[in-house]
Amino acid sequence: MIRVELVKLVRRPRTWISIALLCVLPIVVAAFVAARHLAPAPGTGPAFLSAVLRDGSLYPAAAMAMIVPVFLPISVAVLAGDSVAGEAAGGTLRYLLARPVGRTRLLVAKLISLVVFVLLAVVAVVGTSYVTGVVLFGTGTPAALGEPDGVTSLSGVTLSPWEFTLRLVGAVGFVVVSMLGVAAIALFLSTVTDSALGAALGALAVLIASEILVLLDAAVAIRPFLPTRYWLAWVDFFRDPIFWRDIERGIGIQAVYVVVLLGAAWANFVTKDIKT
Amino acid sequence: MIRTSGLTKRFGPVLAVDGVDVVVKEGDRYGLLGPNGSGKTTLVRMLLGLVYATSGEIEVMGEPVPRRVARVLPRIGALVEGPGGYGHLSGRTNLGIFDAAGPRSTVGGRAARRRRIDAALERVGLGGIDNRPVKAYSLGMRQRLGLAGALLRSPALLILDEPTNGLDPRGIREIRDLLVELNEAGTTVFLSSHLLSEVEQLATRVGVFDRGRLVLQESLETLRAPTGRVVVHTPDASRAVALLDGRVERRDADRLLVRHQDPSTLNALLVADGVRVAEIAPERRGLEQIVLEITGAGSDRVDG
Repeated sequence: MIRVELVKLVRRPRTWISIALLCVLPIVVAAFVAARHLAPAPGTGPAFLSAVLRDGSLYPAAAMAMIVPVFLPISVAVLAGDSVAGEAAGGTLRYLLARPVGRTRLLVAKLISLVVFVLLAVVAVVGTSYVTGVVLFGTGTPAALGEPDGVTSLSGVTLSPWEFTLRLVGAVGFVVVSMLGVAAIALFLSTVTDSALGAALGALAVLIASEILVLLDAAVAIRPFLPTRYWLAWVDFFRDPIFWRDIERGIGIQAVYVVVLLGAAWANFVTKDIKT
Repeated sequence: MIRTSGLTKRFGPVLAVDGVDVVVKEGDRYGLLGPNGSGKTTLVRMLLGLVYATSGEIEVMGEPVPRRVARVLPRIGALVEGPGGYGHLSGRTNLGIFDAAGPRSTVGGRAARRRRIDAALERVGLGGIDNRPVKAYSLGMRQRLGLAGALLRSPALLILDEPTNGLDPRGIREIRDLLVELNEAGTTVFLSSHLLSEVEQLATRVGVFDRGRLVLQESLETLRAPTGRVVVHTPDASRAVALLDGRVERRDADRLLVRHQDPSTLNALLVADGVRVAEIAPERRGLEQIVLEITGAGSDRVDG
């Protein structure tokens, strides 16, 4: 069933359109920055962007900073929201279940195909933005970054290209994990409603609420439990030494969301009357 | 093959299926009739483990459903409430996905799958289908594709909900012939329909649903047994009435309804007396008559 889900993912034009759109944004930004040779001042604008002018091979990190807060979660929510509700609306869910495909198996296969999608998307963005960065800005020496406020001063330690790649892999992995929470929320909603759109928008509403609450000082008590709180902690992979605290917490909170919501999705789905 | 007892399904305040005891024997062509919204589709979904019963038991091929439904589903081909498919993929790819999604087949890999798919497409009359996406199919083609999906694994039991929806008269005839052929080769066929003629021409046993209840379950032969009356068409109706004296139950112009067991003796009697007979046959009740007598209006009719 996992293979079947992957085939469906790969053969669906929408998958490639959303990945292409994700890749386009950083290219557009790079084109503007390169044309005017005008990066945002250090500490403003997307992370890393100000360092890019000095070294184009840092651009994948800047590109990730652009897509992680909004565009990647939107595409994940749309796909995950569609995963069960879309099959229900298209009339294929009943035929899959009557084949038979176990309901638990179907859910697991859906989640795995979502993970593969995020991975494909992030890798595609990193790849295209690396090429874009190197072509438009040339390469310098990759350097570790300094303080949490995003100041791009060099912290003195120079990263070898190999080490930079390793850290990039770590950051990509963290981003994939960060998206699991969204995927689980949308997947759960997707088992509740037969409207793919409703499930996707519902998940996005949760995320926007979370992003608002993260910024709200009065809500500081619940801040560590918000799904989006540690989304940007992948930046910490580029500090030297790597700042593990937020990365670990980020992974932990995503694990909780996945377990709870996937459990809820499972409990709802296996007991549900399939009437579509 | 299928046995339900006291099967009940409640959706909130609505009692969709109410204490139903369906019995389908091996080799049957069972036709489930009933007005729209009478609970046929809910029953079919319960048989397939898609909808869970509120109370009552279901047994399919000797296994309890839904507890062991995974054991029987591989031997069932199903078409539920219209075909479903991935619109952007071709019919062949769709069948490939459904075939691969199920439990691993015991025979062969990729080549065997392709053969299965080709055979199923051939059977339903889509043998020459090209690679256009399913969303470009006509309703009839989709219906045939859905049937092909049901036939993929050469099932022992076919559960078909409105299988001829969207087909033209020729298509309906083809599908009927196909189902009879499969049935004669040993497949039990269970189909639901609101089309009386479809069931009348195909089924050997009939169940009739009305507002969630199974109000009739009988072999078609018994239902359509002669009623002990003979229909006679004659231009000499008045003479015939006089001759048969009291045995004529009704007269509509030249059509007489005569209480008599044997048309041939009656015919001889009439002809011997010089009554010309244009048409003579034992009276049989049509399924339509039977069903309309025992069912109410469908749920899609709302009277004030």
